[in-house]
Amino acid sequence: MAPRPLEDYLDMARHSAEPTGSAPAVAPGLRDRVLGRRKFLTYLVAGSTLTVAAKVGFDTLAPGTASALVPSPPQPADVTDLGDILIMAGKPTEGLLIQLEIQEDGNVRVELPRMEVGQGLTTSVAMLVAEELDVPLSAVYMPLAPARPELLFNQLTGGSNSIRSLFGPVRAAAAVARGRLLAAASEQLRVPVGDLQLADGVVVGPSDVRAAIGTLTGAAAALPLGELTAAPKKPSDYKLVGSPVSRVDARAMVTGEFKYTLDLDIPDATPAMVRRPPTINGTVDSVNNEKDVRSMPGVIDVVVIPSGVAVVAETFGQALDAKDALDVTWKKGTVDGLSDAEIKEQLRGAALPFAVPAAGELTIDAEFDFAFASHAPMETNSAVADVRPDGAEIWSGLKSPIVAQQAIAKEIGLPENLVKVNVVQSGGSFGRRLFFDGALEAAQISKATGRVIKLMWTRVDDMRHGRARAGSFHRVRVTHAADHVLSFEHRVASVETDTKHGLGEILTATAASLPVGGNMSFAQTMFLTTVKCPYNFGAVTQVLNEIPLDMHTGSWRSVYSANTRGAEEIIVDEIAAKLGRDPVEFRLEALKEDRYRAVLEKVADEGGWGAKMDKGFAQGVAFHAEYKSCTACLVEIDARDPQDPRVTKAVIAGDFGLPINPRGLESQLLGGLTDAISTTLRAGLHIEDGLPLEGSYSQFHYARQADSPTDVKIFIMPANDKGDPGGAGELGVPAAVGAIGNAYARATGIAPRSFPINFPVDFDPFPR
Amino acid sequence: MPNYTFTVNGREVTVDAPADLPTLWALRDKLGVTGPKYGCGIDVCKACTSHLDGEAFNPCATPVSEVEGREVTTIEGLADGDELHPVQEAWLEQDVAQCGYCQPGQIMAAVALLKRTSNPTDEEIDAIENVCRCGSYFRIREAIKSAAEKM
Ligand code: FES
Ligand code: FES
Repeated sequence: MAPRPLEDYLDMARHSAEPTGSAPAVAPGLRDRVLGRRKFLTYLVAGSTLTVAAKVGFDTLAPGTASALVPSPPQPADVTDLGDILIMAGKPTEGLLIQLEIQEDGNVRVELPRMEVGQGLTTSVAMLVAEELDVPLSAVYMPLAPARPELLFNQLTGGSNSIRSLFGPVRAAAAVARGRLLAAASEQLRVPVGDLQLADGVVVGPSDVRAAIGTLTGAAAALPLGELTAAPKKPSDYKLVGSPVSRVDARAMVTGEFKYTLDLDIPDATPAMVRRPPTINGTVDSVNNEKDVRSMPGVIDVVVIPSGVAVVAETFGQALDAKDALDVTWKKGTVDGLSDAEIKEQLRGAALPFAVPAAGELTIDAEFDFAFASHAPMETNSAVADVRPDGAEIWSGLKSPIVAQQAIAKEIGLPENLVKVNVVQSGGSFGRRLFFDGALEAAQISKATGRVIKLMWTRVDDMRHGRARAGSFHRVRVTHAADHVLSFEHRVASVETDTKHGLGEILTATAASLPVGGNMSFAQTMFLTTVKCPYNFGAVTQVLNEIPLDMHTGSWRSVYSANTRGAEEIIVDEIAAKLGRDPVEFRLEALKEDRYRAVLEKVADEGGWGAKMDKGFAQGVAFHAEYKSCTACLVEIDARDPQDPRVTKAVIAGDFGLPINPRGLESQLLGGLTDAISTTLRAGLHIEDGLPLEGSYSQFHYARQADSPTDVKIFIMPANDKGDPGGAGELGVPAAVGAIGNAYARATGIAPRSFPINFPVDFDPFPR
Repeated sequence: MPNYTFTVNGREVTVDAPADLPTLWALRDKLGVTGPKYGCGIDVCKACTSHLDGEAFNPCATPVSEVEGREVTTIEGLADGDELHPVQEAWLEQDVAQCGYCQPGQIMAAVALLKRTSNPTDEEIDAIENVCRCGSYFRIREAIKSAAEKM
């Protein structure tokens, strides 16, 4: 039977069913490799190379177990977290997700249907491929896939979900390819499959007969297509996965060869910048000096777009001068006149009431607030767009490219299939690049000017009109007995977090499977699937209420958890103090799971918990669990000057279930630590009269080298028996926020309640 | 428009540009040298850090007229052919880069520091103001120390 074109099978998959037809013979020698637990269906492309797509069985999720004090029942996120929901939403298209091609030169090409923003996915996913296929890591080539609308909900990078959602499909595709290559080698070398070994891209048999996989790829593709079952390796057999590997793109980065969006050499791409309104979401009324600006050196065109006035020029330097020279009359924005004080007042009013009444002496009540925080990735918002009457092509760093493609096509009036959206690896995201506003603007400008446009946002605009974590207010109430907690309640009020980048549709599509019932708001659903209390604290309730202000918000690394769980970890220390308990011991007793205790014990040991510190110095510790992973963080702080504290040392342990690349995971935890140092101590946005005041890193005080510890130790716990990897990208922030807050409190005697702790307007804002 | 002639990574170049055009845009937009990155344009983030006559400078805040007749070295000019500079090697060894966007500037700042002092203290490393929004600072510190040992 000839292999059928991939499209046929994709079509079948799309229209519900698995491929049917007479079951062809299983390739020789493969039967004994069959494992029952997972079943793979393969789809092949005809041709001279083996191209496989594979569908993998779905493991049912077991609820976490609780062990007792006053046991708290499992919370929604213990059963089904946001990551699980994203995986569920991706199920119908999972068979299309990964296509793996073995090329004749022995290289393996796999397009990554996720976005690389520095989190190291192109390394860790390539490691999975190399491991399963037994090829060198350097043979795996992993470009980012452009928008693939057929993937529906399965091309969104967020929720710490990439490795979790790709782990099964990638290994399935690779295992199938491996099985086919061995079967082809078996025929070619006339050696039973059981006597063949695949290593370093070469199949080797008895008396050293050999075949490189590139020479087998055509034959492997031509083998009868069947319900081929092949098992991926057992984690205990891993050689590469689980060992520390350096980033595959590091060399290009340190030599300056690495190309970000605006470094791409796209013919005729012309610089453009946009003059933006003095308040968020303001619009253009009139441009009063267009003629003068058009005559400035290098200026090519000036056009009004919905978000401002675009200037196209020969260089970005000239575009910048010209857009600054524009005299524009603006119409009002959506939050004109609004400032921090009023936002805080609205938030206080929005926090929902506690269920448990205060019990006098046996109650701890506390309030916290957190300022807005800019995502501020180093590479500002940027995109290249080439819009023509008969088609368009876009290049940008996009974490939700399918939604971007739909929106851009609609905006420029072209059918979606004529708009190609390329995903470009970008200089950071932290949640920011879920939004495609830059790509949309570039498309608008390109259409209006008839040119290929490369759009760059200024840093000032990126901070003021870009995205930010929403400001939030928190009320926590704890009631306790003499030595343990009876109830733990947390009421969060937050400015609305914008999720109009596809996540809304995903939650709607999976509504029937959500772990929360009733008429719960969208925000509360997302909140409860990302935030949980890891302790046996009796009756636990956590509730979010949002206020609908139309500002440019967005999920910021760890979404609600940095604030919510950070504040809770500070309260945990205060409970321990009130009960006369050591913070580590108290946590060890109250934590729900052994693996939780293990990371805490690790940092307490390695970090010398309890060491005597000089006046003004202190240790602080905290714990956090999310997306099937957990972490503990211990820091030391020098807060002799409470207005200018420095975290001097950090010891962090992370349990990621099955760690794929410990070196990359350390990087993620290090980044989370720096984020926590920044937003806990100094970095935030002041909102004044409808606009953030901060416009650069001299004002939004993201940590520099001088703010970061000189001693950092990070430990990645060995694989546990659960067998699957947990989420990694966001885990590091909340525990570090708690640890820093706790260290600050112990060093200064000041209970931290308002974040960032030191937050004066210590600069002259840029003109609006 | 006036012409300005200078060398970039050992090659003589001439650009036709207004005198006040920041060198960053002469490099990126006129010469296609994209290693130096834009991160703020006002000498704050240091993402554009390169060398002028062997010392660290920030091309976003240096008009092209000021580099006339001088030697500009960007990240692309640091390695000797395929042979990386020891600081680049140290960056690989410590696996410093996350998104990588700040790293050309970080590396050029570190090279300049190591030219001034072969054995920098933590305080001297602290004085490097380059922002890394991915928060890779500790690995940057370790890489500088490791490069210092080997150089
Ligand atoms: S771009 Fe030059 S210092 Fe920021
Ligand atoms: S590595 Fe991303 S900004 Fe430094």
